[in-house]
Amino acid sequence: MEIYEIILKNYNYWIFIILMFTGLYGVIAKNNIIKKLIGMNIFQTSIILFYVSLSAKLDGTIPIITETDKHKPDTLIDAANYMNPLPHVLMLTAIVVSVATIGVALALAIKVYRTYETLEEDEIRRKIASGYTGEN
Amino acid sequence: MIHQLPGLIVIVPLLASLAAAASGWVNRKYPFIIAFLALSFTAYASISMLIYTAGGNVLTYHMSGWAPPVGISYKIDALNALVLTAIQIIALINLPVSNSYVKYGFEKKEAPFYGLYLLFITGLTGITATEDAFNLYVLLEVSSLTGYALIGMGNTRSPFAALNYLIIGTIGASLYLLGVGYIYIKTGTLNMTEMSLMLPLLKDSSTIIMAFCLCVAGILTKAALFPMHGWLPGAYSNGPNASMGIIAPLTTKVMIYVLIRLGISIFGVELFIESFSLSNFMVNFCAIAIIAATLKALYHTKLKKILSYIIIMEVGYMAGGFFLGNSDGTTGAIIHIINDAAMTFCLFIAAGAITSKFLEEDIRNIRGIFEKMPFTSLAFAGGALAVIGIPPTCGFFSKWYLIKGGFGAGQYLFAGALIFSSFINAVIFFRIFEKSFFSDKNHHKTPENLQAQNINTNKQISEAPLSVVVPLVSSLGLIIFLGLMTGKIVENYIIHLI
Amino acid sequence: MSLILSIKPLFAVLASALAVPGIISSGKSQNFRESWTFAGAIIKFLIIASMVPAIISGKELYYSIAEILPGIYFAFKVDSFGIFFALVAGFLWIITSAYSIGYMRTLKEHSQTRYFAFFALSLFATIGAAFAANLLTLYIFYEILSLSTYPLVAHHQDEKSKISSRKYLGYLLFGSVGLALPAMIWIQMKTGTLDFSTNGILTGDFSKAEIIILLLMLVFGFAKAGIMPLHSWLPAAMVAPTPVSALLHAVAVVKVGVFCVVKVITGVFGVKLLAHLDIGIIIAWIASFTIITSSLIALTQDELKRRLAFSTIGQLSYIVLGIALLSPYGIKGGVLHIAMHAFGKITLFFCAGAIFVKTGKKYISQIKGIGRQMPFTMGAFFIGSLSVIGLPPCGGFLSKWSLLLGTIQSGQTAFLIVLLVSSILNAAYFLPIVYNAFFYKEKSDFKDEIDEAPMFCVVPLVITAVISVFLFFYPGVFNTLADMFVNSIYGGS
Repeated sequence: MEIYEIILKNYNYWIFIILMFTGLYGVIAKNNIIKKLIGMNIFQTSIILFYVSLSAKLDGTIPIITETDKHKPDTLIDAANYMNPLPHVLMLTAIVVSVATIGVALALAIKVYRTYETLEEDEIRRKIASGYTGEN
Repeated sequence: MIHQLPGLIVIVPLLASLAAAASGWVNRKYPFIIAFLALSFTAYASISMLIYTAGGNVLTYHMSGWAPPVGISYKIDALNALVLTAIQIIALINLPVSNSYVKYGFEKKEAPFYGLYLLFITGLTGITATEDAFNLYVLLEVSSLTGYALIGMGNTRSPFAALNYLIIGTIGASLYLLGVGYIYIKTGTLNMTEMSLMLPLLKDSSTIIMAFCLCVAGILTKAALFPMHGWLPGAYSNGPNASMGIIAPLTTKVMIYVLIRLGISIFGVELFIESFSLSNFMVNFCAIAIIAATLKALYHTKLKKILSYIIIMEVGYMAGGFFLGNSDGTTGAIIHIINDAAMTFCLFIAAGAITSKFLEEDIRNIRGIFEKMPFTSLAFAGGALAVIGIPPTCGFFSKWYLIKGGFGAGQYLFAGALIFSSFINAVIFFRIFEKSFFSDKNHHKTPENLQAQNINTNKQISEAPLSVVVPLVSSLGLIIFLGLMTGKIVENYIIHLI
Repeated sequence: MSLILSIKPLFAVLASALAVPGIISSGKSQNFRESWTFAGAIIKFLIIASMVPAIISGKELYYSIAEILPGIYFAFKVDSFGIFFALVAGFLWIITSAYSIGYMRTLKEHSQTRYFAFFALSLFATIGAAFAANLLTLYIFYEILSLSTYPLVAHHQDEKSKISSRKYLGYLLFGSVGLALPAMIWIQMKTGTLDFSTNGILTGDFSKAEIIILLLMLVFGFAKAGIMPLHSWLPAAMVAPTPVSALLHAVAVVKVGVFCVVKVITGVFGVKLLAHLDIGIIIAWIASFTIITSSLIALTQDELKRRLAFSTIGQLSYIVLGIALLSPYGIKGGVLHIAMHAFGKITLFFCAGAIFVKTGKKYISQIKGIGRQMPFTMGAFFIGSLSVIGLPPCGGFLSKWSLLLGTIQSGQTAFLIVLLVSSILNAAYFLPIVYNAFFYKEKSDFKDEIDEAPMFCVVPLVITAVISVFLFFYPGVFNTLADMFVNSIYGGS
């Protein structure tokens, strides 16, 4: 009974852990470069999910002070009613970073493919070991 | 003015990188000039901040006037003033070297190249200057992404090596990001100073222990501590000469800086070293890393591969020195960041000059460097002696502190590993001197000699261009100068940190 | 004893280093290049000599360049012992430069520019070591010396010289990095200083066992002293051109090793501490073992330079033995022996080189009867051997006599026997060479008329031989300086 409770209580963290290890598995175990990159992206996304879930609050709303709230004195604006905006802001940046990363990675993957005419890592390594440079 | 410099030192190269990339449309010479001006400014800024922070002064700068915890603040103390100066000086000295190689592999791409170059320096500068843990992550990715791009422009093997680097590097940075998230859960701040006030109260929290492990694992992966080094040799030995002069000496060193910053400013040395009782384990781990990397370097015969493993070995020196947890070890690690930047810079440019002239990577097939490239070989020898740790080069003095720290902490395995690696480095470098520096003047006509003579006579090899030789010789001067200044550096800067 | 600030030591050290760019840049014209060497050597010697009066009047010169570690300065301090050694090395460099010209040009050696450049660099390091104010400065110059002599040992660039230079560097670096450096760090950690002091700097911080370990680490760590079992780099280094063997491997390099040992024993540990704990005897026995063993090995060597090398190993241990006796006469004898042995042994090496230049012979069995063709060379060889054996009328007698007195003074008569036995062995491996050179009856390859090596070879060796004899009658300045050194240790008593 207890184990269900632990899992259910923090289900957002469990999902993030599962996603993270899925991504890590992809990076480590897959042979194809594109699959590795997908794994890498899942890994990054899991961390974004983790941050975003941090900021959630029970019954919290988006952290924008509405027209009606504006006239209230500061003391009546309770931070507990709003979600924490900071992790969201951070994750906006992190998403940009991950998009840029995947962009650079795909560009490199294209270069690799043009050189070795394959994206399977073991084949590339075999070609490197045999001195293949792609220049004929 | 001085109070604006912590912000300007990041903003100027950032804007200059955009300007350099755009100016290529107007004239192909402009990017270089813009990069030169920007880096001259950052070098000036870093030196004036270095002078300011001597004696323990601290500079704080709030970006856009927002004070922490809301805004991002930049803080320059003795530690990052030293590292910043090392970065800027090397970036500036290396610029003419890059300029002379940029036509190989970057023809008609000068503008993007210098854009990336400046952006890379922006990233490293920001990592060093920032006081915000998340800002550090962003700038880490800025420098990494530009680094992947710069490495991927090398020979045909480099895109694959860069891709490997990218995957492992991204995992490392993500781990760090996750660690920062854990700290944020507990402390509610991203500002390092505020974290360091709260963390000692939370030292029993399992969240903080987890955060610590994640941050350290992430940073050490990016720093390429053995056995997380897999990405480094391929990336560094295949990357283009134009960019290796900044990537090889600076990337791992800045990561070690982050490690030390984590220890000194975020977790606090007490928490970092003692409460987690990791010191003993990590120091032995680093000792084994040093030995393993040294032996790997011994095994290889390609010049840049050897140097890559030597960088990995030096990471072991610095990480181990810091985990010793005593003042000598930390001093050694901090000095070694600067010294090692100078010596790997010297070695990598020299190796780049040699391999690009001889069109050969394998030291067994290179002969007579000394005769053909006297200044390059002189600088290479100086860098090599610094790695071995021969006085009065700077490598000796950092090794002095590290060994002393090892003795002081009773970590004899670590001290022994340092001495052992000195011996093996001596073997590695004197093998290079013996084989490649002298030409074969003897008259034994063994097949090997004949082959070597053919190699020599077939090519017209001369000294590297002035734009490479001058930086090389000045880096050699830097190696000796830093050695003689060790006492001053320790007394004016490092003492105030520990 | 008063300390005066003076920049002279710096100039004395730098004089030869400043000649290096000149030598390299004028590589095309041999005469012009060698004039740089001579200028460097003579200026260096004059600066050194100009410091002698001040030292004799009881002053010490001091100059500090930089604070390389907190509390440790990269600094020079000229005392009686330092100037003693600098005088010997500086003077012999002038002579060796002349000899080098004769030797290298006659044999048409390759890469002469490199040779002269690194030679000058070696002397820079030697004098730097002589004037070092603390152990770290000494160590720095010690390492520079190891590395600047490496290209000289590897000069021939063939397989044999590569193997030898590997061995050379291996032994020296193993000693300095593996033993001396940790010992130095240990001392600095406990005492906080590395400055030489006549009373030693270890007082009270270490147990007896630790002091023994430290002493052994430092004595073996400065492997240039050639104490067994870290001696075999020296015979290996004999592949170098003979002037290198003569100046560096009979005077500068090996004497820097011994100089370091002497400095360590007198300046770091302190004679009184070692005498109090009765530790000197360990070093004395190791040195005695080296003396006897190396003499026996020397007997078996047929290659002349190798025999001289093993003789050098034995003679170096005389000096170490003299110091380890920890008695005033022993120390004086050891110090004097640095000079006396230098002049004697350099003569012998010059002779070996002259024979090689003229006849191409390297082995003792090949040079029987050579005395008729090269009487000056072999005459000088005779004087050199007398000096090394320690017979009058040669300078070597004075130092050996002082050593003998030292053994009696310290009450260790066992070492008296060691010295006497070794003297007999010295005679046994030198005198037959001389005898066979002049009185060999059988038919030999050599002419009956005088046909000597070039002037540039013969004149230097005659000069050093004459000085060897001269020093017996007028030990003058060397004697004074050695006495001053002993007095500084024993406080004038």
